[in-house]
Amino acid sequence: MSEKIIAVKIHDADNVAAVFTDVPAGGIVEVVDKKGNRWDVTVKDEVPFGHKFALDPINKGEQITKYGEEIGIASTDIVVGDYVHVHNLESTRGRGDLEK
Amino acid sequence: MNFKGYYRSDGSVGSRNYVGVIPSVFCVNEIAEAIVHQTEGSVGFYHHKGCTQLPPDLEWTTDALIRIGQNPNLGAILVISLGCEGTDCDRLVRELKKTGKPVEIIVSQDLGGSTAAIHVGTDIVRDMWLKLSGQQREEAPLSKYIMGIKCGGSDTTSGLASNPVIGYVADRVIDEGGTVVFSETTEFIGAEHILARRAKTPAVANDIYKIVKEMEEIAKASGVDMRKGQPTPGNIKGGLSSIEEKSLGAIVKSGTRDIEGVIYYNDRPEGKGLWIKHSPAKEIELLTAMAICGSQCMLFSTGRGAPQGYPAVPIIKVCGNPISFEKQHNEMDIDAGQIILGKRSIDEVGEEVVAKLISVLSGEATRSEAIKYTRSMDIYTPGTSL
Repeated sequence: MSEKIIAVKIHDADNVAAVFTDVPAGGIVEVVDKKGNRWDVTVKDEVPFGHKFALDPINKGEQITKYGEEIGIASTDIVVGDYVHVHNLESTRGRGDLEK
Repeated sequence: MNFKGYYRSDGSVGSRNYVGVIPSVFCVNEIAEAIVHQTEGSVGFYHHKGCTQLPPDLEWTTDALIRIGQNPNLGAILVISLGCEGTDCDRLVRELKKTGKPVEIIVSQDLGGSTAAIHVGTDIVRDMWLKLSGQQREEAPLSKYIMGIKCGGSDTTSGLASNPVIGYVADRVIDEGGTVVFSETTEFIGAEHILARRAKTPAVANDIYKIVKEMEEIAKASGVDMRKGQPTPGNIKGGLSSIEEKSLGAIVKSGTRDIEGVIYYNDRPEGKGLWIKHSPAKEIELLTAMAICGSQCMLFSTGRGAPQGYPAVPIIKVCGNPISFEKQHNEMDIDAGQIILGKRSIDEVGEEVVAKLISVLSGEATRSEAIKYTRSMDIYTPGTSL
């Protein structure tokens, strides 16, 4: 049996976690937080090394949090286990395209 | 904590002892290259400024070249002038002579062109090196050290492994009475409130907000989403989804101490402790900003891997990504990927870097020095070419 895939929840307030191995769609990942709590999440899409998936449901327009800080907002409704990256995370900074 | 370096007459201490060959303008870069090729102990600063710039930018270029020449890793300087550039060579030489280092200038147009200048310049650098090469290293406290920090080729591991390791080293250097400078204002966007909380005074906090706003306004003026410019395509491939995410990982490399103040591109820190330098993040220009600070060794954090070295100033490369390290270990000095694998702690790798730093400051070669991957540099100027 292969080793469990571990994902790291960096801060208690985070709603995403990062993986440090390529995870296939449908893969089960064990999330670890700072307090040592552990729980399983089924990842819906393929998530590459260093990338993130959702730990909580995040509605469109809601904040995405990592390091306990805002890293962007959801551009679509996100469910637990969804891959989170540029396709569903919008930056709110340096947005010249929104300055009209 | 001590290292062994070369004392200069202004009290600064170099980790290297080079004759700096400094072109005043890009036109004479190849003259400088030929002289450096022919002589031992010399290093060239092949930049692309000094002509067809607006007057404030020419003053800026002159200031930058003065500061580069003042770096303690240079023991003597030959300035190469074309003879018609916009750089103020009189001021350049005058200011450099105040350091007490041997300084000479040759003017290619007066000497009869490039081959004559190469001949004359080679003789000068040879004689400078013959004198300089006899200088011995002496014991110096780490309080004489100015640490410059840069990250490049960042990915998710940078914010979790290599940047925290460099932050650990920054704290150690400050606690030893040293000086640390970090920069890359673009990569404060989204994390400026955290830095502002560490500002020594409210005025410094205001300065931090001000430079970040200034940088963000430049990005917005383009009328596009800055994503792809920052974070870069490589950052995005590495898992960083937004500039906010990149910044939150990037600022960790500054450690945890109070921020003394904000300085600008051609400034040196005004005292010991931790300083922010306002500058764009482009490698070759930002490493120059750190050399301008008087840094004698720079720490470079990477996730995806980057080959960067710099003329005369060694760079210790710390790699946070275990896969990148395995592939590119030939040009990485420190494996911080062990932290991601859960095999070593940030403090353990941090102590390894402190030991490496003392050794490199005392003469040990870095990976980029060993293969002479040290030529790339340039000077940032705010204005355009005319």
